[in-house]
Amino acid sequence: MDGKKKKFTAAISINECKGCERCIRACPKKLLRLEDKLNSHGYRYVLYSGEGCVGCGSCFYACPEPGAITVIEEIEEGS
Amino acid sequence: MTKKILFGKPKGFFDVYDRRPGIKDSTHYCPGCGHGILHKLIAEAVVDLGMQDDTIFICPVGCSVFGYYYFDMASISVPHGRAPAVATGLVRANPDCHVISYQGDGDLGAIGFNEFIQAANRGENIAVFFVNNGVYGMTGGQLAPTTLPGQKTLTSPYGRSVETEGYPLKVSEMVAALDSPVYVERVALTSPKNIRAGRQALRKALTYMKEKKGFSMVEFLVGCPVNLKKSTKDTDEWIENSVIPYFPLKCFKDIAAERKPKQSAVGIYDKLKVKNSLLETEKIHPFDESKVPVPAIEGELRIKCAGFGGQGILSLGMLIAEAGHLQNLKASWLPSYGPEMRGGTANCSVVLSRESIGSPIVKESDVLIAMNQPSIDRFSADLSGEGLLIYDSVNIKFDNPLKRKAYAIDASLIAKDTIGDVRCANSVMLGAFCEIVAAIGEKSFINSIYNNFQGKEKVIEMNLRAFEEGRKSARKLMQS
Ligand SMILES: Cc1ncc(C[n+]2csc(CCOP(=O)(O)OP(=O)(O)O)c2C)c(N)n1
Ligand code: SF4
Ligand code: SF4
Ligand code: SF4
Repeated sequence: MDGKKKKFTAAISINECKGCERCIRACPKKLLRLEDKLNSHGYRYVLYSGEGCVGCGSCFYACPEPGAITVIEEIEEGS
Repeated sequence: MTKKILFGKPKGFFDVYDRRPGIKDSTHYCPGCGHGILHKLIAEAVVDLGMQDDTIFICPVGCSVFGYYYFDMASISVPHGRAPAVATGLVRANPDCHVISYQGDGDLGAIGFNEFIQAANRGENIAVFFVNNGVYGMTGGQLAPTTLPGQKTLTSPYGRSVETEGYPLKVSEMVAALDSPVYVERVALTSPKNIRAGRQALRKALTYMKEKKGFSMVEFLVGCPVNLKKSTKDTDEWIENSVIPYFPLKCFKDIAAERKPKQSAVGIYDKLKVKNSLLETEKIHPFDESKVPVPAIEGELRIKCAGFGGQGILSLGMLIAEAGHLQNLKASWLPSYGPEMRGGTANCSVVLSRESIGSPIVKESDVLIAMNQPSIDRFSADLSGEGLLIYDSVNIKFDNPLKRKAYAIDASLIAKDTIGDVRCANSVMLGAFCEIVAAIGEKSFINSIYNNFQGKEKVIEMNLRAFEEGRKSARKLMQS
C-alpha cells in the first residue's frame, strides 16, 4: 500500500432532491435510502447511509437534478 | 484529510437558476424526468470538450423549453419544431459556433419533422439530441409519433392503433438512411450502464460537430414517469422490456472518419455586406447635432399607445418614435397585431433611448397614451410607479384608483370641433405628449409630422393645428 487510504461518500443536497429514487436503484452497494421527512420544497429526499461507497458515480449520473448528488473522495494522509 | 469531488454539479450549469417566478435551486422537471439526466450529460460534456463559450443550446417547445434557466451557455428559444432551421441559420451565419438542437419527439417527429430531415439531408454541422419519451410531455401526455403500438395515452385511451395511427416513427433508422449525416446512434438513459453508453454517444456527436464533420443525431430513450403514470422503477423497466425491443439500441451510422471538415459557403454570408446593409437603416435620418437640442431623457422612455383601430394609434406611436429619432435617440416601434386588432383595439409600444434598445417590447410603461376605455382598463395597471397617463377624456371614464399622474385631454372633441376632423385626435394627443413629457423638442415632432404625411399638404396642415391644440390644452392642465 502507498499509505493513503481512499474513502468515498455521496453527499446529498437535500433541497435539490425530488425523491425519485433513481439513485437508489443505480447504487450497486445499495447505500442510499429515502427518508420519511420532507425537504423545503415538499419532496421526500434521499440520504447516504454512511459506509461502503466505492465512488463509482452511478448515483450521480442516474440523478436528473444537476446538483442533488456529489460524490466525494476523502484522502487520508497515512503514516 | 483532503476532499476531492469525483462527480458533482457540472460547470455547464448556472450556480443559481434565475427562474421567474420559481424555485432557484432545483429544476422545473418532474421527479425522475429523463430531460434532467440528459441535461447533466450535456452540461458536463460541453465544459470537458472546451466548447462552453461557443455553444448555443436551442430550447425547443416542450418540457425543456426552460433550458436557458439552467445551462450556462448561449441559449435561444424557438417555435415548435423549428430548432434545426434556426440551427442552420446560426451555424451558417457563424460557422465557428456549435449548435445543439435539443428536441422532443413531438417537436422533432411531428410538427418539425420536415425541418429536421431537411437539415439532416443538407448535412448541417449541428448536433441533434432527440429525446424520445413516447409522449407529448408538456401538454399532458398525448400520443407522439413514437408512442408504441397499444400504448395508452391521453389521446389514445384504448391504446395506439396501428390501423389508424400507423406504426411508431423510427427516426434514427430513417435519418441513417440518408447519405449526409455522419453519426446516428440510439441510446437509453435507464441503467447506469446504458447511461454511460449514452454519455459516450453524446460526446462523440459533440466532438464531430467541433471537428465540423457535419450532421449528427443521438436518440435518447428516456422516461416521462408522470405521463406514463408509473414509478421511475416501472418506467425504466417498461423502457427496457417494451420500448427497446421496438427501438433497438444501436449505432446506425458512424462515418465521420471518412469525411473532411465542412467548408462554409463562400460569398453569400459576407459579414461585411451584412453589416453594411444593416447600417443603411441608420443613415435614413442623419442627425444634425447643431440644429436639434439634446433630449431630456436618461436611460429609456417606454411608451404604450392604445385605442380603437382607426384612431391612428399606430401612426401616433410612429410619430413619437420618429420625433425621438430626429432628436438623436434610438427608437423602436412595435405594433401589436394580436387577435385584439380584430376586436377593434390597437396598440403599439415605443421605446426611446440614448443607448441601443435591448427589447422593443413594453411591459411596464413610463407613459401610457390611452384613447378608449378598453385600453385604459387593460394597460393602466402596467404603468410604472412614476409613470404618467394621458387619456382622451371624451372616450374614457377614469377614477384613477392608483393615484397616478393623469392628464385628461378632450382630444376627440378638439379634433372634431376645432380642427374639423376627428381623425386628428391622435395629433392632439401627440401635442399633449410633447408638452407633458417634455423630453423631445416640438420641432422634432413637427418634422416628424412633415415626414409622415409627405406630399399631403392639407393633412399636414390639419395635423399641425391639432398638435398645437394638444399642446395648448396640456399647458392649461399643467398650470391648474
Ligand atoms: C406551434 C405550436 N403547436 C403546438 C403547441 C403546443 N405544444 C406545446 S409542447 C407540445 C408537445 C411537446 O412534446 P415533445 O416535443 O415530445 O416534448 P416533451 O414535452 O415531451 O419534452 C405541444 C404540441 C405549441 N406550443 N406550438
Ligand atoms: S458513488 Fe456508487 S457506490 Fe457510492 S453511493 Fe453513488 S452509486 Fe453508490
Ligand atoms: S436521483 Fe436525485 S432527485 Fe432522485 S432521489 Fe436520488 S438524489 Fe433525489
Ligand atoms: S411531463 Fe414528463 S417530460 Fe415533462 S417534465 Fe414531467 S416527466 Fe419530464
